[in-house]
Amino acid sequence: MSLKVEIKKSFKGFHLNVSFETNNEHLGLLGASGSGKSMTLKCIAGVVTPDEGRIELNGRVLFDSVKKINLKPQDRNIGFLFQNYALFPNMTVEENIGAGLRLSKNEKKPVVEDLLKSFHLKGLEYKYPNQLSGGQQQRVALARSIACNPEVLLLDEPFSALDSHLKTQVQAEMVEFLRMYDKEVLMVTHSIDEAYKFCKNLVVIDKGKSVLFGDTREIFKEPKLTSVAKLIGCGNISGCIVKSDNKIYASDWDIELTPGRKATDAKYIGIRSDSFMINGSKDEANTIECEVTEIIERVYGYTIIFRSKNSNCTANMYFDVKKEDWENREDKTNLFLNVCEDSILLLN
Amino acid sequence: MDLSPILISMKTASATILITFCLGLLAANWVVKMKSEKAKMVIDGVLTLPLVLPPTVMGFFLLLIFGVKRPLGKFLLDFFSVKIVFSWTATVIAAVVISFPLMYRSARGAFEQVDQNYVMAGRTLGMSETKIFWRIIMPLALPGIASGGILSFARGLGEFGATAMIAGNIQNVTRTLPLAIYAEVAAGNMDKAMKYVIIVLVISFIAIVLMNYFTFRGQKYLRKGKSDELKG
Repeated sequence: MSLKVEIKKSFKGFHLNVSFETNNEHLGLLGASGSGKSMTLKCIAGVVTPDEGRIELNGRVLFDSVKKINLKPQDRNIGFLFQNYALFPNMTVEENIGAGLRLSKNEKKPVVEDLLKSFHLKGLEYKYPNQLSGGQQQRVALARSIACNPEVLLLDEPFSALDSHLKTQVQAEMVEFLRMYDKEVLMVTHSIDEAYKFCKNLVVIDKGKSVLFGDTREIFKEPKLTSVAKLIGCGNISGCIVKSDNKIYASDWDIELTPGRKATDAKYIGIRSDSFMINGSKDEANTIECEVTEIIERVYGYTIIFRSKNSNCTANMYFDVKKEDWENREDKTNLFLNVCEDSILLLN
Repeated sequence: MDLSPILISMKTASATILITFCLGLLAANWVVKMKSEKAKMVIDGVLTLPLVLPPTVMGFFLLLIFGVKRPLGKFLLDFFSVKIVFSWTATVIAAVVISFPLMYRSARGAFEQVDQNYVMAGRTLGMSETKIFWRIIMPLALPGIASGGILSFARGLGEFGATAMIAGNIQNVTRTLPLAIYAEVAAGNMDKAMKYVIIVLVISFIAIVLMNYFTFRGQKYLRKGKSDELKG
């Protein structure tokens, strides 16, 4: 099982240029809104035609601009779960699931019956989509998209249409489903949480370009590029000058830091806003004496905005702290924050 | 009371709505699928023109086409011995031409409002384009298409100007209700005219209520169960 994608498409002021390869694993496409992830999926499914490139699924060419091959979406055998599920509102649950099956009524029945059972939809077969909850709608859409045994399943932001209280439960169901489903799955998401939970490998897409491909956990540990670091939620990024193998000067913050690895060609460094430790002391390495400029209260914590004290620091830094850690602290003015050397991200 | 205008009008309006409905849907589907935006605008302009032109202008054009001394009219007369002008067929042609834009525009709007995601979903599920049209696009566009049907039926029933020009006002042949009303008023018979007026009113009203009822019934999937409504 393999999927090779290499596509280019231009719109007004936007260029999509994505390429990646995957082998029988759950691959995620991670990118900010409007970065071209959904468009990439639509090109693979064939409902949008790229300007140039090549798409190959299990050795079968689906699209090739040079050889002028462009299979109709109907002939690609790809399952697609749309962002808002796109359940046909004029059909019942049963009709929706059976909509794509090219079978006679009698042959359809057992297939649909099986799917209804395995997606816990028994009793809902004669309901219309708008009579279902968000979670039920997603199960129907999922059942429908795998009814024809597609070779690859594409999931377009599968949880974005759900209220947050439903999300946890539906995500758990999805984890269970994906564990059982042994075929290729490609999932588009802008949520780092979902990417981390569901995808073994990641393609990071930034402004229409695929910029990084690799193991999800590796990418989160070592994002390598500033664009990727921003995407995975690294709040503090500064330009830097490498002084020696283990000394880096962060120019925007006017501080010197010692990273865990050799920093030969780093141009930027990043620190996640939750990687600071609150009880640093002056003498430890990688400790910043802080001048707090603002404190923002969040649901489960505070964001402390600070600069390094007595310096020519030009950029604010952000520190996320748990509520009790901050509230239990008596001295809120003299703050020393310490960063573990492995939490200093070296970026290009 | 002379009942022939009622029968002629019912016949004309029924034949008209059948033809207009099909032509309007075909034209709308054709224009919606057009790739070039410029061509779309021009074709749309031509198809909508009968809506904004005075019916007498359309009648004038129809005379230019079907008049017995004009090529098409002459051809029909010589080879098929069919004379269109001042015949019942002419009342239908006039009503079709005048009511067509209403059907076409409503159907086009209805088609364009169908969420493209449903069409894409149908394609990825392997449904054929024909199946997508009949099982997805048509049902979802039905309310708009039905209201287009009502409008063009009512417009066809009330057609006067173009009918008078190409079909004339011949009793028992081409005198439809609107023409009968005109003729009675011209002859000073206000009472007789009033009867025809009431009949037109009743037929139009029943047509609209019926169509509304069928649209409502056909849309049961858009309504939620009672309990859901209470929940809000």
